[in-house]
This record gives sequence, structure tokens and C-alpha cells, in this order.
Amino acid sequence: MSERPERPDPIYTQPYDPTLAEKLYNPQKPMENRITDIGPPHYWQFLPPVIQRNYGKWKSHEIIQPGVLKYKAHSGEVVYVVRCGTPRLETTDYVREICEIADKYCDGYVRWTTRNNVEFHVTDEEKLRALLEDLKSRKMPNGAYKFPIGGTGASVTNIVHTQGWIHCHTAAIDASGVVKAIMDELFDYFGSHKLPAQVRLALACCINMCGAVHCSDIAVVGIHRKPPLVEDERLDKVCEIPLVIASCPLGAIKPATVEVAGEKRKSVRVNVDRCMFCGNCYTMCPAMPISDGQGDGLALVVGGKVSNRITPPTFSKVVIPFIPNEPPRWPTAVKWIKKILEIYSQNARKYERVGDWIQRIGWEKFFELTDIPFTWHLIDDYRLAYDTYRTSVHFKFTSHVETVTDFE
Amino acid sequence: MGEVKKHDTPLMDDLKSGPWPSFVDDIYSYAERHKKQACFDILGQMELSYKNKETHWKHGGIVGVFGYGGGVIGRYSDQQEKFPAIWAFHTVRVNQPAAKWYHTSALRKLCDMWDHRGSGIMNLHGSTGDIILLGTVTEQLEYIFYDLGHQLKMDLGGSGSNLRTPECCMGMSRCEWSCIDTQDIVYELTMAFQDELHRPAFPYKFKIKVSGCPNDCVAAIARADFSVIGTWRDRIKIDQEAVRAYVGGELKPNAGAHSDRDWGPFDIKKEVIDLCPTKCMFWDEGQRKLYINDAECNRCMHCINVMPEALWPGDDRGAVILMGAKAPILEGAQLSTVIIPFMKLEPPYDNLKNLLYKVWDYWMEHGKNRERLGETIQRIGLNRFIVDVLGIKPIPQHVKEPRSNPYIFWKEEEVEGGWTRDVAEFRKRHPA
Repeated sequence: MSERPERPDPIYTQPYDPTLAEKLYNPQKPMENRITDIGPPHYWQFLPPVIQRNYGKWKSHEIIQPGVLKYKAHSGEVVYVVRCGTPRLETTDYVREICEIADKYCDGYVRWTTRNNVEFHVTDEEKLRALLEDLKSRKMPNGAYKFPIGGTGASVTNIVHTQGWIHCHTAAIDASGVVKAIMDELFDYFGSHKLPAQVRLALACCINMCGAVHCSDIAVVGIHRKPPLVEDERLDKVCEIPLVIASCPLGAIKPATVEVAGEKRKSVRVNVDRCMFCGNCYTMCPAMPISDGQGDGLALVVGGKVSNRITPPTFSKVVIPFIPNEPPRWPTAVKWIKKILEIYSQNARKYERVGDWIQRIGWEKFFELTDIPFTWHLIDDYRLAYDTYRTSVHFKFTSHVETVTDFE
Repeated sequence: MGEVKKHDTPLMDDLKSGPWPSFVDDIYSYAERHKKQACFDILGQMELSYKNKETHWKHGGIVGVFGYGGGVIGRYSDQQEKFPAIWAFHTVRVNQPAAKWYHTSALRKLCDMWDHRGSGIMNLHGSTGDIILLGTVTEQLEYIFYDLGHQLKMDLGGSGSNLRTPECCMGMSRCEWSCIDTQDIVYELTMAFQDELHRPAFPYKFKIKVSGCPNDCVAAIARADFSVIGTWRDRIKIDQEAVRAYVGGELKPNAGAHSDRDWGPFDIKKEVIDLCPTKCMFWDEGQRKLYINDAECNRCMHCINVMPEALWPGDDRGAVILMGAKAPILEGAQLSTVIIPFMKLEPPYDNLKNLLYKVWDYWMEHGKNRERLGETIQRIGLNRFIVDVLGIKPIPQHVKEPRSNPYIFWKEEEVEGGWTRDVAEFRKRHPA
């Protein structure tokens, strides 16, 4: 077992010195004063004393109200946890406000969850009540809650998401703005326990999918729909042509010699009929931009999950192949997400995740209940597509089925 | 600090309203208070993206700190004249403490550093788990690195074709179900593999994630090339008194997770026994006693989730080791595959480290450029990977079902008499 530092390193209470690095770093001698490979701070020093005392000795937990958990240890000690949503994309001032709250109520200890929620820990009920009141009262200049309480139990918890247009060069959609628009609309589901089970939302701004979008109850993924441009005049200077060709999973890129301003140059050509718009070529080659305001947008995928509970972990499936980008609030995407969520809520049984519910009723029933049009785009034609074909006569007669009498 | 230039951003401003915390309101408040041009410019450029529906970041950019091959993501604006304060807007990934616990003294100091050396904008946290410091210029990178090392005792996380920052669930710090010490395992592995984390030598990225139980709160099975998921192999522990309290309605099922809807009184048969995937449970109404046939249990956690005051994982605890998960790029999404059904995990976790070294040795030699481990396994076949590469005995737990085709790649040594045959002898028996 690694050695456990009991208390936060005293270095953290020494004020930040903005001039120190300039004194220590010498560009002429880059190894001078260089500290490398020290790894992250040891986690133990950041655990509140009550957590240290009961580490590995917890007995049970209870959600006493949405967003508030109570943990009981075998020792008899108790800790209350208040969970709050955050935008994830935030400033140091927002983080300092979290610090101010944690200093006031939690002796300076605070934790974040995997899904971008922040958690405050207290050990008595009086402090808990004061903390809850305080958190509810904190608003942003235009009225948004700074620290909405929720994200526990049968709720829609915070959306795992990527960078989008604030930082990513391959993004087909924005991330933080779409998340804000969705969570504003589903706000009531964040702070309540009225769904049949927890619903995990996720968003990835392109199909690289930084985040578990492919195993979420309902998720948004940014997609492109136009083949990459090929900049002949730049390509051989900035790209390794064999790597570009190898990067295409469908072998749609071949080498070509082209004439640019009377000069023979090496470049590539794309067989557009074979392009599935994955953008992997652009990742390998800056001279093949794929983003396009008209072509790009998002797909909705549903029915995936990560947990092994009752049924095994499952991939999400595409149910809406394309919705255009509609900044700033993406109303069509938000409308469909809310509709899917509410139809699920009305029809699923207790404990049934979105995917479990759809498995029980059948996909044909899902499309009928949600009024989502079923089109050819939804029938898989990539790797392992055959596994998704219906190879039995077990199906339901939904409104999709037309009785065939004559066939010409 | 001189005068700052503000941009007209009606589309971004629309995202200030509504109840969910607004990053736009936050960034503008910060920009005004600190007079930070980069914050006005980043929202200005985002406004342009909202108008054009396209990103305005140039492709890539290789930047970093001396001696490291990752941890910094280079980013340059393609609108440098309009938004000069973000002409470069690099991201710094900082390795988070395990399970994302902090003391405010460390966070405040990190914030002070980032005000001074960057945009003041960050992510808590990135998808892989790192603290993300969003937006600085190339000249600041070495100073940031020196500040992290000397004043914050922090280090960079992973990026590029290397080990990415390992991540775990909250584990034993708060959860009664954690069968392994997820935080200690992640800390130990991160410290042991600093070289793999900072100096790219792999065919592509490699992610390690550690969850304490099959609920898998860090999505290890969906996201990690190397997924460690806690489990147990003895009997579920039962407090029959507490089971009766659930049946009698004194305790709320699922810890109160369904409290805002009337689902009727708790029905143990309907809500637990009948939903058990292996049907290994029995509620004896006469005896008022719960029976579990543990040998049939597949440890899905449902009954334990529903009755946390009455049931717990057993005492013979360890982990399932699975490998190969990834997002769809390129050959399609993959979930991790069971490789070792049960591994005891005790400090210093040498068995886990040795397994990782064995996997990396093979993958570094035989993996193709930008081929994730899961794709390598698919290409060579799971059977070859477990038997020939790892030297593990194949067992039914490795598959959902055996193959349905008989196209088996027999090895010559398995076939009596080998493959060398005499055609003349054959024709003596079978004239053409």
C-alpha cells in the first residue's frame, strides 16, 4: 500500500508565487530545476477525516431526498453528501465559489463525480440544512442556479460531454451549449426521482466519441455528411500520403498525381460513394477538412448502458440519423430527447433502463410510440451488420406494416 | 491591464437564461472581473461558430514541455486577427487525484496559477478524468509545468499514443460495495507507469479504468482498453432482519431512488426475485426468509442495489480483468472482453502490473499504427490473444457462446501425422 499522507500537503497553504517559475526555468539549460514524473497528488491527503476513518468500512447508504445521500459506516458514523450539477466548462471564479462553500461547511474538502457533479460532505443535519439553503440561494447574474441539487436515483443526471466549438478542431457540433439547452429543458428531471430508473445522457461532438456516448440511455453524437475537401496545393506539404490512405477504414482514398499551377504534385482522391464521413482522414491530414455548416449536425442514439445490473452492458442504437445544427438552443434535438424521455417514463416498468424497456417492447413498438420515422439510414451496413437483421418471425404488427397483396 | 475589447454575442447571450448553470454567464462574469481579453475573445469566436455552424480551430498543433510527449493539446484559432488573445489556446491536462477528491487549499492555488498563466477557464473534469486547463499560449507551457511541479506537486496527464491518465470510481472512500481499493490501485499504477504516461511509445492511446463493483460507475467496460471491475466469488451477505424490513415497507427500496412516484408497495417477488437474471433467488413467505443460490448468481448487483441495508457483496473479493473497449472509430465500438475472470488485487498489485507489461510488449510489437488493443485482439483472434500471447487457459467464461462455424485454424502439431503427405501414396489409394 502506498504511504498515506494524513493531511493536505502544507505546500498548498503557501501562497502561489507568480514569479517563481521564471526564476527556476532556464531555456538554455532545460534540465535545471526540472521536476518530472512525480504523478498526481496522493488521494489520501484530500479525504475528509470522517472518510479516512471509515475508508472501506461503509455499511449502507440512503438517498434522503433528490441530490442528498446519507452514508452509514459500521462504526456508527454518518456522512451526508449533497450533489450539485456543474457546467463542467467553468472559470476559476466558479471553482473558488465551490471552495468558499467547502471551506464554510465541509472543512475544505470537496469531490467531483465521474459525471461532472460536485459533492459536498457534512456530518450533521444542522449543517446539512444550512448548506442546502445556501446552495439553493446562489444564482448567476441572469438567474441560472449556480449549484442545482440533484443527480441521484431515478433522475436525469449531468451530461457527460466533450469540448465542442470551445476547443475542438474536429467538432461537428458544439458541446457545452447543447448540454445547457438540454439540461434547461430537462431541469425538473435532474432534481427529482420520478423516472423508472436512472437515465444517463451523454454528448460527443464528433464520432471520435471522447466519453461513453456509445453506452448511454440517450445520447447525442455530432456527425458530418459531406466528404472531405482535398487541398491539392497543400496536401503533400502537410500530410503523409501513405498514412492518409491507410487511415480510411473503407479504402476510399487513393493516391493521385495532380497538376497545380502547371506543376505536378502528389495528392489523393476520395471515392465519395464509399465515404462514411468518419473524419479519420482529417485527423491524419489537415489538408482534408470535413466540417461544413450545412453538412454537419447530430444523430440521436438510445438504449445503451454500462452497468451490469439485470442485463449486460449494451451499445446505444441510432434512432434519428440526422438533426441539423440549430444554435443557440438546438430546439429539434432537445424536443426529440424530451419526447423519448417522457414516452419511456410513461411506458417503462420500475427499474427498467431505456434499453431494457425497448428490448421488452421491441424496436418496432419504440418507433411507433415515439413517432420517430424509420428510414433506411437506421439499418446497419457496416461491420457485423448481419447481427442486427431480424432472422425470426417474432415481430409485432405496428403501424409500419402494410399488408402486401399485389407485388410488381 | 489595458482596455478590453468586447464582442457582440447575441447567440451566446441566449445561453445565459434558463435554470441550468450557464457557462456563458460564468465566463462573462469572470472576464469582466479580471479584465481578461482571452475570455471575451473565446466567446466571440464561439459566437462565430454558432453563426457559421463550424469550428474555428485550426488542425492540431504539436506543442509540449521538454522531455514529455503528451499532456498538452496544441490549439490555434483560424480567426487570429479578430480574436488575437486566443491566437493560441492550448489545453493542459493535469493528472487528477484518484476519485477526484480535493482540499480547497490545493484547488485555490491551482486557480491562482491558472489566472496568472492562462485563460482562467477549465474543465472539472475531462472525459478521461484529468483536470483540464483550457487556453494558454506556447510561451507559458514550461512555466506552467514548473509551477505544477514546484508549487502544486502536480503533474501532467496523458495525451496522444501513450497511457492515458488512469481513472477510478469513488471506491472504498464512500461506497459499501467496492470490492477492491480502486483509488489505491489507480494511484499505484499511475506512479508505476509514469514513463508510459508521459512518453508516447504505443501504437495508439491506452486507457485503464477501475470500478469497484459491477455497477461500473466509471464506465470501465465501455471506455477502457484495460478494464478492472471489482467482484466477489463467495456468497452474498444477507441480513434477514433487514430483508423483512424491506418487505414490510419500513425501508425504502433502492435507497429511496424512486421516491417521487407512486410505484405501489414494495413487492420483493416482482421487484427482486423475478428480475434476477439467473433466477437464483427465492423468498419463502412462510419462513419470511430470503434464499440465494450463490453458485448460480452472476453478480449483476440488482438485488444488492434494491436492498442496500440487507445485502452486500461477499468477502472473497477481487476483480474481473477485461480488455479492448473503445469508441466506434474505426472498426466500430467495442466493449471490453473478459480475460481474467477473477484476480486477487493486493498492494503493490504486481500481478496486475505484470499482466499490463505482457499486453504492452505484444501490442507495441504487433499493433498497427492507430490500432487500439481491442482491434488488435479482433484481428488476431481472441483465442490466439489469450492462449498464445498471454498464456492463459481458454475457458467458457471468455465467450458468450462457442463459435457456430467449424472453420478452425488447426495447428499442424494438433493433427496426427502432421500435414506433410505423399501425393503418390494418395493416388495409389485413389486413382485419378
